[in-house]
Amino acid sequence: MSQRQVLQGVMSLLRPLLLDVVPTIQQTAALALGRLANYNDDLAEAVVKGDILPQLVYSLAEQNRFYKKAAAFVLRAVGKHSPQLAQAIVDCGALDTLVICLEDFDPGVKEAAAWALGYIARHNAELSQAVVDAGAVPLLVLCIQEPEVALKRIAASALSDISKHSPELAQTVVDAGAIAHLAQMILNPDAKLKRQILSALSQIAKHSVDLAEMVVEAEIFPVVLTCLKDKDEYVKKNASTLIREIAKHTPELSQLIVNAGGVAAVIDCIGSCKGNIRLPGIMMLGYVAAHSENLAMAVIISKGVPQLSLCLSEEPEDHIKAAAAWALGQIGRHTPEHARAVAVTNTLPVLLSLYMSTESSEDLQVKSKKAIKSILQKCTYLPALEPFLYDAPPNILKHVVGQFSKVLPHDSKARRLFVTSGGLKKVQEIKAEPGSLLQEYINSINNCYPEEIVRYYSPGYSETLLQRVDSYQPLAN
Amino acid sequence: MREAMATLARLQARSKAVGQQYYFRNSVVDVFRKKENDAAVKIQNWFRGCRVRAYIRHLHRAAIIVQKWWRSYLSRQHYQLVVKLAYYTMKMNLYNEMAVRIQRRWRGYKIRKYCFDYFYLKEYLRAVTETNDAIRDALEEFAEMKEREEKKAALEREEKKRDYQARKMHYLLSTKQIPGIYNSPFRKDPDPWELRLQKAKPLTHQRPRVKQKHSISLTSWLACTSNRSFPRSEILPPINRKQCQGPFRDIAEVLEQRYKPLEPTLREAEPINELKEAREDLRRQEWIRNVNDNMFLPFSSYHKNEKYVPSMHSSSKYGPNSYGCQRFRDENPKKWICPKEKETRSNMDHKNKGQVNTSLIFM
Repeated sequence: MSQRQVLQGVMSLLRPLLLDVVPTIQQTAALALGRLANYNDDLAEAVVKGDILPQLVYSLAEQNRFYKKAAAFVLRAVGKHSPQLAQAIVDCGALDTLVICLEDFDPGVKEAAAWALGYIARHNAELSQAVVDAGAVPLLVLCIQEPEVALKRIAASALSDISKHSPELAQTVVDAGAIAHLAQMILNPDAKLKRQILSALSQIAKHSVDLAEMVVEAEIFPVVLTCLKDKDEYVKKNASTLIREIAKHTPELSQLIVNAGGVAAVIDCIGSCKGNIRLPGIMMLGYVAAHSENLAMAVIISKGVPQLSLCLSEEPEDHIKAAAAWALGQIGRHTPEHARAVAVTNTLPVLLSLYMSTESSEDLQVKSKKAIKSILQKCTYLPALEPFLYDAPPNILKHVVGQFSKVLPHDSKARRLFVTSGGLKKVQEIKAEPGSLLQEYINSINNCYPEEIVRYYSPGYSETLLQRVDSYQPLAN
Repeated sequence: MREAMATLARLQARSKAVGQQYYFRNSVVDVFRKKENDAAVKIQNWFRGCRVRAYIRHLHRAAIIVQKWWRSYLSRQHYQLVVKLAYYTMKMNLYNEMAVRIQRRWRGYKIRKYCFDYFYLKEYLRAVTETNDAIRDALEEFAEMKEREEKKAALEREEKKRDYQARKMHYLLSTKQIPGIYNSPFRKDPDPWELRLQKAKPLTHQRPRVKQKHSISLTSWLACTSNRSFPRSEILPPINRKQCQGPFRDIAEVLEQRYKPLEPTLREAEPINELKEAREDLRRQEWIRNVNDNMFLPFSSYHKNEKYVPSMHSSSKYGPNSYGCQRFRDENPKKWICPKEKETRSNMDHKNKGQVNTSLIFM
């Protein structure tokens, strides 16, 4: 506590130095203020309360470039902590001066101004709107075209922060012609720049179908797929986020991505990462498969299902497992072919165990239950269904038995296999209330077999036989 | 006359009886009359009734005929409408049925040919697999290329580092007297570092080079450092080289021409924002030199924006000092203008001349 008080005392000492005659002292004082405000949000509040901001804003308009950089650094440091502090900055009229700084010749000044604007716009939609109203967006788009890489990075990050809040803001960014420039820079070798560009494009594309189509029209495919092979993890993550946001809207966009070979690239990318980086890729596969059965079949033939089941089993975190379970459910729910493709990889027992385990979070349990249900309702691949007879809870058992009752009447080989594997025995042991759906299914299964076999496998048959032995009177010779 | 009187008396005697007889006979007749009257009334009653009833019957029949015709007219109209509606419904049903037949055929065809076209689906999935494989290969290649580039860059960096180290440590080179540390006599071959040290050029002490600005400043063209003044090629031509047989030009000439540096004209050599940079330069120098940054303004424009602030001397409450105002500039200059006519010049000259002459005479 005393340290903070000391630091606040320093703040009141620094303030008069800002008005000093010597320019170097002013710049250094501003830099010191900026670093203090950067460290802690209490200090940032002290900067705001100490009425330093109006002075900074006033001199930002007039002084030389070093002072401008330092002052913009202070504004950035104050504005990054919370929306209230950013609002305080907007209220003292800093936005106009920052936008004027964006037109300065020196790239360092532009970078500092763009950084401050980006941090202000990050918090919520009203602040973003205020930044846009100050006329920052066309200047940011100009900044992106500058040769300095650091400036490009910051400008892209600022555009991404502006457009992430609402479709109107994203439309404003698009109207300034940002998409073409952002799309050009995907090929830039700098990894951090690529991160920001991909993040900006995905924030634009996520709001509506039109915006996603405009992003696609900038011919990012198949170039974006090369970003999925980048060394930098976050580039991969942002690239798969972008593809996910595009695929999510309509079947046509997903079809476009599939036709460009995006699904294979995403699956390879999932295979090469671990943890949270994989999450957007998994969700993308789920979205693509959810649209239609042809797309789900395309995901299956691109060898997506083994990869997803690997994710399901080896990831430690629940939300990633939930996403993988959801994606598998979307793939398997369309037709028996799809369900078979999912069941063949032995994912159903894993899903069942996740559903039954008490350690899984609620979200994971709900998603895995839905996935199991939707896959089971179409699954006709009996070898995968049989383990379910043994350890499934009653609400899932109902579906399993239902599937058996649908398949067995028509397939004699399956009937034989059912008997020899002990499935019929298990079915007889199931207790069901008479008149319930489960009982009907059991009856229809029993009707497929001759009575003797059914009686043979029904529980307690040995007792009845022995009773018959007891009550049998041997024929007296 | 007596007879008359006797008849009168006889009549008077009979008058009472006549009166009574008259009354009696009238009353008896009256009863009959009443009876007959009643009978007649009854008969008339009945007859009138019949007559009215016949009339009403007649009216009834007429009304029935009118209503019959009117109702038949209305019903016929209604019937026409019903028939029209039924006909229309029948036609529409027929059309619907025919349309259903067409749609049924078309939908079956469409589904079978386009939506559930199994072969098309299989083709599509095969095409997708092929694209996937192609993309996977391309991405693999891309990744490999990146790897190679990175490795190359890393190797180059290593090489540069080693080179720099060799140049720094060149004094460890072995001499004839003393074998260097890398050239131990017990070794068969010298250490690779030895060879590197042999190749390395010794480092000279250099001041840390200030990073050159790309822009050519104004003053540099005077220093004769541009290519125009001392044209030189970067690569020196090789010495002691045998002249190739044949009609070849002198190799030094050729190399000089081939590697001639760019000599832009003065117009190209100067940057396009020369003027701007010159101004910036000037501004920077002035900023270094000047004590006061405010621009010097001429007095007129300086005073235009400023409100006049009177000096303390003139604005004190004890009144302005009379020293500067009253002694030198008087308030009523008319005091000094005399009201009488001015003498004409010729008179004055004359007077003056006279005076001068007199003064001269006296001298």
